Parts: sequence; structure tokens; C-alpha cells
Amino acid sequence: MTPTSIAFRAILEKDLRTELRTLQSLPAMALFAVTTFVIFRFGLDRTQLSGSLASGVLWATLLFAALLGVNRLFVAERQEGGFDAIRLAPIDRTALFAAKAAALIVYLAILEAIVVPVFAIFFLDSAAAIPPLAAVLLLTDVGLAATGTLIASMAVHSRARDLLGPLVLLPLVVPLMIAATGASRHLLEAGGPAYERFGTWLAVLGLYDLIFLLVGYAVFDFLLED
Amino acid sequence: MYGKGLKPLSIATVVALAAGLSLVFFYAPNDADQGFIQKIFYLHVPLAMVSLVGFIVGGIFAILHLRSEDSRWDAYSYVSIHISVIFGVAVLITGSIWAKASWGHWWVWDEPTLVSYLIVFLLYATYYPFRYAIEDRQRQARYASVFAITAGAFVPLNFLAVRLAESLVHPRVFATTGGGLPGSMMLTFLVSLTAMALLWVTLVKLELTAKSASGQVKRLRRALDAPPAGPRSRVAPEVS
Repeated sequence: MTPTSIAFRAILEKDLRTELRTLQSLPAMALFAVTTFVIFRFGLDRTQLSGSLASGVLWATLLFAALLGVNRLFVAERQEGGFDAIRLAPIDRTALFAAKAAALIVYLAILEAIVVPVFAIFFLDSAAAIPPLAAVLLLTDVGLAATGTLIASMAVHSRARDLLGPLVLLPLVVPLMIAATGASRHLLEAGGPAYERFGTWLAVLGLYDLIFLLVGYAVFDFLLED
Repeated sequence: MYGKGLKPLSIATVVALAAGLSLVFFYAPNDADQGFIQKIFYLHVPLAMVSLVGFIVGGIFAILHLRSEDSRWDAYSYVSIHISVIFGVAVLITGSIWAKASWGHWWVWDEPTLVSYLIVFLLYATYYPFRYAIEDRQRQARYASVFAITAGAFVPLNFLAVRLAESLVHPRVFATTGGGLPGSMMLTFLVSLTAMALLWVTLVKLELTAKSASGQVKRLRRALDAPPAGPRSRVAPEVS
């Protein structure tokens, strides 16, 4: 075990334990998502969804629910002096980036484990699309976590934290959402999942994840200097 | 020191722009299909290309800033992105006019390049509120550089995603090496592109000169114990 991986595990465990004890983010994200489904039911005036409409509703809801979690990601570090502690510790600062991104991936995966079945019960004919959808969800979570952690760590130091994070993050994840909705659209078709261009979209998602994980890794050091 | 060479550069820009526009109106043939309105192509496409390159250049300056911690590079990065955003407004307006004239609508969603450009523009538009929200000057410069690098990596990825999302594939003007633009149109286009690139460089240099001059005035006033002249920008970096 290198010091960096020990620090990574310690920060990740601390974050997950804090969330488990305080339940600050996840319940709010899940409630937000379910309520948004209800709003879509009336806004679109549909009781069944399929194809691009289904993937659009699912991804718009998941994205905005994810923003709630992203906004809260570094608040404790900022308020309780976690950033100073990381700067004092003789460890690689990217451990903080990796641990926070991993924590965000865990939050998003738990959120989706709750919300996607609810979505299927509310709007879908069958649950046949869920297993292949899991691959899309996972790859998109990684991308959201990479960009979300990067932006949130900067936004938390600004005067308009709650505003700035979503403002910058939304245009930044547009390509991710294009790929995620593109991959999900055919999976959610009424006649059962189809795999048209599924591989292409997964490749785009993977490329996005890779690029922004590398960017995050390269620049994160500069965000903690002071 | 930024003003050095500004005059010959400005003259070259004016000459190139005049030559480009003369070629557009008097030399390049009317498009067989679209007619006169196609000439907006010589304005719209060079503007778009130069501003996209400008965004990338802003990202490269940002890398230099983070590596050297020299605040001069932050000013370069800021001004590059600033001028490119202004060019971006012109790109979206000319694109909209072209779309209205040739397709009958002010905005069309099935032209992937224009849609990609809008998304890139929306991202860079958040550069200003982003800078504005961070008060500490050094932190602002560092974070702005991180933004510029992230956004620079985003530009090609975004074009890829939007292009793949198109079910209809439009014919690309430069798609084939041989059968794209005829020679006279290509020449006009290249002159227009050079003129726009020169205009971008001149405006960047002019902006840096102005920032440097106002920085000098500020320092002189401080030395003389005079009150500072006018409000101070919270977004733009100061140039020494």
C-alpha cells in the first residue's frame, strides 16, 4: 500500500461514513428524482414512455439529481478545514480528487439503483432494458464524477457556489448526455431493447471518461495550492 | 511593450480584410445552388475557425500559466478567450442569417457544426461568471486556467459527439480533396481566413496593450497617492 492509496481509502471511507450517518445528499437526490418523474408524467401527459422520450426523461432527471450531489461534494471540506488538512498531509493531492470522484460514483450508483427501478415501474412495459442500461449508467457516472469533482472543487471556493457548479457543469456534460441518451434510446424502445449503434455510444462515453479523468488528474494539484 | 508592432499589424489586417471582401464581392462566382447568399460563407466559416483555434490557444496559454505561474499568461489566455467569444457571437449571428436564407429557418438542429458551435459557445460564455465569482486574484487566475484547459479538451470531444448524433449526414464542403471548392472560391476563402486570423491577432494585441496601459496608469496614480480612476474590473486580469 502506497501512502496515496491509503489516503484514497481513508478519504473515501470518511465520505461514505459521513453520508451514511448524516444522510445529507442521497435521500434528497432520490426524492428529487422521483418527484421529477411525477412532474414529467403530467408535463408530457403520458403514462407510458418509450424510445427517445423515455431516455430523455430518465437522463434529464438523473443529471439534475446528480447536480444536487455534486454541489454538496466539497462543502464539508471547505467548512471544516479538510482542504487545509490535505495540504498539510505528506500525500499526493490527487488522492483527494480520486477519492471524491469515487465517492460521487458510489452516490450516483446508489441513486440509480433506487431511481431506475422506480422509473421502470412508473413508465416502462418491461424491465428487459435494465441490464444493458446498467453499462451505460456506469460509464456515464464515471464521466459525471470526473467533471463534477473538478468543477465542484473550484465552485466551492467561489461566492456563488450553488450557482456556479451547475452553470459550468451543464454545458460541459452535454456530449456525455448526447452519448448516454443515444445509447439508451434504442434500449428503451417499446418492442424490447435494440442495440443500434450501442457500441459506438459506449466508446464515446469511455473516451469522455478517459479524457476528463486525465484532465482532472493533471490539473487537480493546482486547485489545492495556496 | 505590448503596443510594439501594433501599427503594421493593424495596417496588414485592414489590407487583408479589404482584399478578402473585394474578392468575395467582385471575384468569387455566385454559388450555382444558393446564389448570392452563399457569400456569407466567406465571413461565417473563417470567423468560426479562427474563434475555435482561439479557444484552443487560450487553453495552451493556460497550460503555460499553470506551469510557469507567470500571471502574464493568464492575461493572454483571458484575452484569447474574450476575443474568441466575441467572434463566437458573430458566428452564431451569421450562421443564423445563412440558415434563414438557405433553409428558411433562423435555427436548424440538423446542421451538426452549428449545433456543436452553440454548445462550445455556451460553455465559454460561463467563463465570465466563473471568473467573477472567485474573489482572490491568484486563485481566480489559477482556476480560470483550469477552466480554459478543461474547455479546450472539451471542444474536439463535443464536435465528435454532435456529429455522431446526426442521423442525416450533410455533405461537407471540404469533404473531398479534389471535388470540394473550385479554385476561385478556395482562393477567396483562404484570403478571408487569413484576414480573420489577422483581425483576431490584432484585437488580442490591442486588448493586451490597453490592459497594460491602464495597469501602468493605475500604478502611477498609486505612486502619486491619487485616487484610482474608475471602477476596477473583477473579471479581467491585470497586466503589468
